[in-house]
Amino acid sequence: MLQATSRATAANAVEPSGPRPRSVTAGRVGLYVFLAFAALFFLLPMYVMIVTSLKTMGEIRIGNIFSLPTEATIEPWIQAWNSACTGLNCGGIKVGFWNSVRILIPSVILSIFIGALTGYALSLWRVRGANLLFAVLLLGAFLPYQVFIYPLVRIYSTIGIYGTMTGIVVTHIIFGLPLMTLLFRNYYASLPIELFKAARVDGGGFFQIFFRLMLPMSTPIVIVACILQVTGIWNDFLFGVIFAGRENLPMTVQLNNIVNSTQGEKLYNVNMAATILTALVPLVVYFISGRWFVRGIAAGAVKG
Amino acid sequence: MATVSIRDLEIEFGNLKVLRNLDLEIEQGEFIVLLGPSGCGKSTLLNAVAGLLDVSAGQIWIGGKNVTWEEPKDRGIGMVFQSYALYPRMTVTGNLSFGLQMAKTPKAEIEKRVARAAEILQIQPLLNRRPAELSGGQRQRVAIGRALVRDVDVFLFDEPLSNLDAKLRTELRVELKRLHQGLGSTMIYVTHDQIEALTLADRIAVMNGGVIQQLASPKEIYRRPLNRFVAGFVGSPSMNFIDGTLAIEEGRAAFALKDGTRIDLTGYEFDARPEHGRPATLGIRPEQIDLEKREAESSTLPVNLTLMEPMGADSLVWGDVAGTQFSVRIDGDAHVDTPSSVDAWFQPAQASVFDLATGARL
Amino acid sequence: MKPRRRKNVASYVALIPAFIIVVFAYLGTMLWTVQISFTDSKLLPSMNFIGIRQYERLFATSRWIISLENMVIFGIGLILVCLVLGFLMAAALDQKIRFENTFRTIFLYPYAMSFIVTGLAWQWILNPTLGVQQYVRNLGWTNFQFDWIVQNDRAIYVVIIAGVWQASGLVMALMLSGLRGIDQELWKAAQIDGIPAWRVYLNIVVPMMRPTIITSVVLLSLAVVRVYDLVIALTGGGPGISSEVPAKFILDYLFGRSNIGLATAASSVLLVIVLVIITPWLYYEYFRPERAKGGK
Ligand SMILES: Nc1ncnc2c1ncn2[C@@H]1O[C@H](COP(=O)(O)OP(=O)(O)O)[C@@H](O)[C@H]1O
Ligand SMILES: [Mg+2]
Repeated sequence: MLQATSRATAANAVEPSGPRPRSVTAGRVGLYVFLAFAALFFLLPMYVMIVTSLKTMGEIRIGNIFSLPTEATIEPWIQAWNSACTGLNCGGIKVGFWNSVRILIPSVILSIFIGALTGYALSLWRVRGANLLFAVLLLGAFLPYQVFIYPLVRIYSTIGIYGTMTGIVVTHIIFGLPLMTLLFRNYYASLPIELFKAARVDGGGFFQIFFRLMLPMSTPIVIVACILQVTGIWNDFLFGVIFAGRENLPMTVQLNNIVNSTQGEKLYNVNMAATILTALVPLVVYFISGRWFVRGIAAGAVKG
Repeated sequence: MATVSIRDLEIEFGNLKVLRNLDLEIEQGEFIVLLGPSGCGKSTLLNAVAGLLDVSAGQIWIGGKNVTWEEPKDRGIGMVFQSYALYPRMTVTGNLSFGLQMAKTPKAEIEKRVARAAEILQIQPLLNRRPAELSGGQRQRVAIGRALVRDVDVFLFDEPLSNLDAKLRTELRVELKRLHQGLGSTMIYVTHDQIEALTLADRIAVMNGGVIQQLASPKEIYRRPLNRFVAGFVGSPSMNFIDGTLAIEEGRAAFALKDGTRIDLTGYEFDARPEHGRPATLGIRPEQIDLEKREAESSTLPVNLTLMEPMGADSLVWGDVAGTQFSVRIDGDAHVDTPSSVDAWFQPAQASVFDLATGARL
Repeated sequence: MKPRRRKNVASYVALIPAFIIVVFAYLGTMLWTVQISFTDSKLLPSMNFIGIRQYERLFATSRWIISLENMVIFGIGLILVCLVLGFLMAAALDQKIRFENTFRTIFLYPYAMSFIVTGLAWQWILNPTLGVQQYVRNLGWTNFQFDWIVQNDRAIYVVIIAGVWQASGLVMALMLSGLRGIDQELWKAAQIDGIPAWRVYLNIVVPMMRPTIITSVVLLSLAVVRVYDLVIALTGGGPGISSEVPAKFILDYLFGRSNIGLATAASSVLLVIVLVIITPWLYYEYFRPERAKGGK
């Protein structure tokens, strides 16, 4: 819509016919220049991370952060994965990676399942106090986590799950519930209600309808939920650092400990390799899911 | 007032040729309706006239001027859309005057034109409302007003009534006709609704597959459809089609049904000399069939009647002719026995005969 | 009547997890937090109520004041830049350009990554001795200065840059879907009226996008109030305490400094701030009169 046209100006030039002659206009050029600069801004940090992770420390000290490595080495990657140090522990970022995986799998499955169940009950069944429950749930999605944290720590300590795998998984379920419920509630509410009514008439009970009819129909929204939860939980730092305990620190926490540790010489190449490794899982999800990711964002943008 | 002429127009989207070699001459003050099924290229043609999309080849002339390369705003046209396309956050006045403001029209002139349009369309009480606060019919009036204030000679309508309910549609249809009479401007009107086309048009261009199938007055389109598509698309309930072959015996034309029955076609005006044995389709409108009395030029048609469907003023009787589904329109008060086999009569002069293979009128 | 009752029992059973979470993990903890903030609790919660003394102390703590100021600066900067950049990118992508998908993918990928990764990447790029500053100096401009990350009064702006890098893609995606939702016939009508594209954007499109803009602002505001990891990874709150933010202040006082009275008072202040932000929005989204919703 921004393009303008230029016309043959000479009098009695060709009789206009067929497509308008177009010349490259300033607006169009400006558009692509803007897009190119924007793309540069978003790509540059990733480029810098990648080239840095392939350089030797000697080359990094020269200070040409944007230059390509003169002799690329994957040594920093191996070191980052296998032997990067947090304080005195030198097990590499792989420790955090496997911790994150172990946290991720139960958290994603359970939070989606509970969210689906709650969304189903709230959207298709008449439950007294449903609106109130949902309102408070929504509120929970918006309030700063700092409000909940200390009492949760106390509760966890009392029941003995503070600093354990159970503790961190429960935390992800708790704070994933609002978004998951919202997602499934809106999804089930958008399905034709006749379907549900027919199942009721056929004598289906609450759980029968859920497991036999609703869950099998939920594939699209489960994909969206998976994208949101996998990236969200993988990227979590706050809950990991507080609730997971020393043995289960997720990858983000371990990464920060490695990079921002004050001991020893800073190995920027190893740090960048570790950083990219940490970003890898959500990036793979992002590139594979494509438009679904955007759909997830739109759904997560909390529209009523 | 302005003529519109479309010459050898071709439009393609990527590899898809939507219109090809399309010619259309519209006289000044004429109300032309582009009628056709959805997806046949009506909107594309209208958008090309408006300058909203680039033509691949050909020319468009408006008011004696070649506007093929002109911007939409410089073509002297106003356009009304199916979705109304009102500017949502502006009042009705804002909607009417925004374009004029952009064109740096003097304030007094803007006010004058807005007032005039509001009067013609009787939307004065709505001037300070926003589109969201208007009903569908009111919105479409405002959209028409937005075209009106542009003080142009050619109006383009793209299915303007399709989003309205049946009653409003009828009302606004009459108003549009009145508007055309009052303004005398050239109007090009796109619709897939044949009733709108038949009631509004001076001439109808029936389109299918990006090609104008027939361009003629509503009467002519209805009476003498040029091909089977036009015949089937115009008229409701639809024309009956019976397949068979032409039989020329002793200089008299007849139509032979599959079961051998001969139907006399004396009185039908063939476009060209009919050939004996040519596979053809006989088309008769349900209202052209009489179950009761035989007139002088009528021919006989044996019909099996199976079902009667009362529709108020008249009734539709369903049945078959030699195994092909068939319908007859009769007076609402009349009664026929179903099921029954009777002789029906029609006047060959009113019927249509098409080539079975090409669908062209014979 | 009987079967219906039984079915309803099942639906209540299904809501037990949600109920427990809402009552204990949300409401209970929230009330508990607020309650502690009125006591003189230090390392452990006490029941010794001291009124609003913790709040007085809190607002007399310069570190808290700096945190709040930083949150405001970060918030205004992040929201303004993200809105403008996000809208421009979305509008540019909506011009039937080539490689639209590629550009969209590039603009949005940072949003998939964690704040820790974002923070560490920018920390390295802005490293005063080996990063951009040194690079430009190596090119010959030996006096070039870009060391905001170690400047007391600039560090928070670095956080804005990194935040914009991470989050403007989100705004772009929201705005783009808003733009795509606009009736194409509206553009045609504007073209017939001869309205220049920029006027259409300014006078017609932007007002129509109000709900999208509001959603973006709310989402970004929540990110602003919560900002923690980004600061931890990027500046660690430094230099000194110059880029502290409230979320970090609270966690430091909860766990590092064991002053839970002060920390919970700060949490309660955040709570109030968020309620002030979202209550009007929730009202607008869920409870506004039907009339205003019409016309879509
Ligand atoms: N912008 C476009 N890009 C590709 N194909 C299009 C475009 N606009 C219309 N078409 C195709 O052109 C044909 C005619 O469309 P249109 O003119 O809108 O039909 P209608 O007669 O229903 O108004 C359709 O097959 C449609 O799919
Ligand atoms: Mg159309």
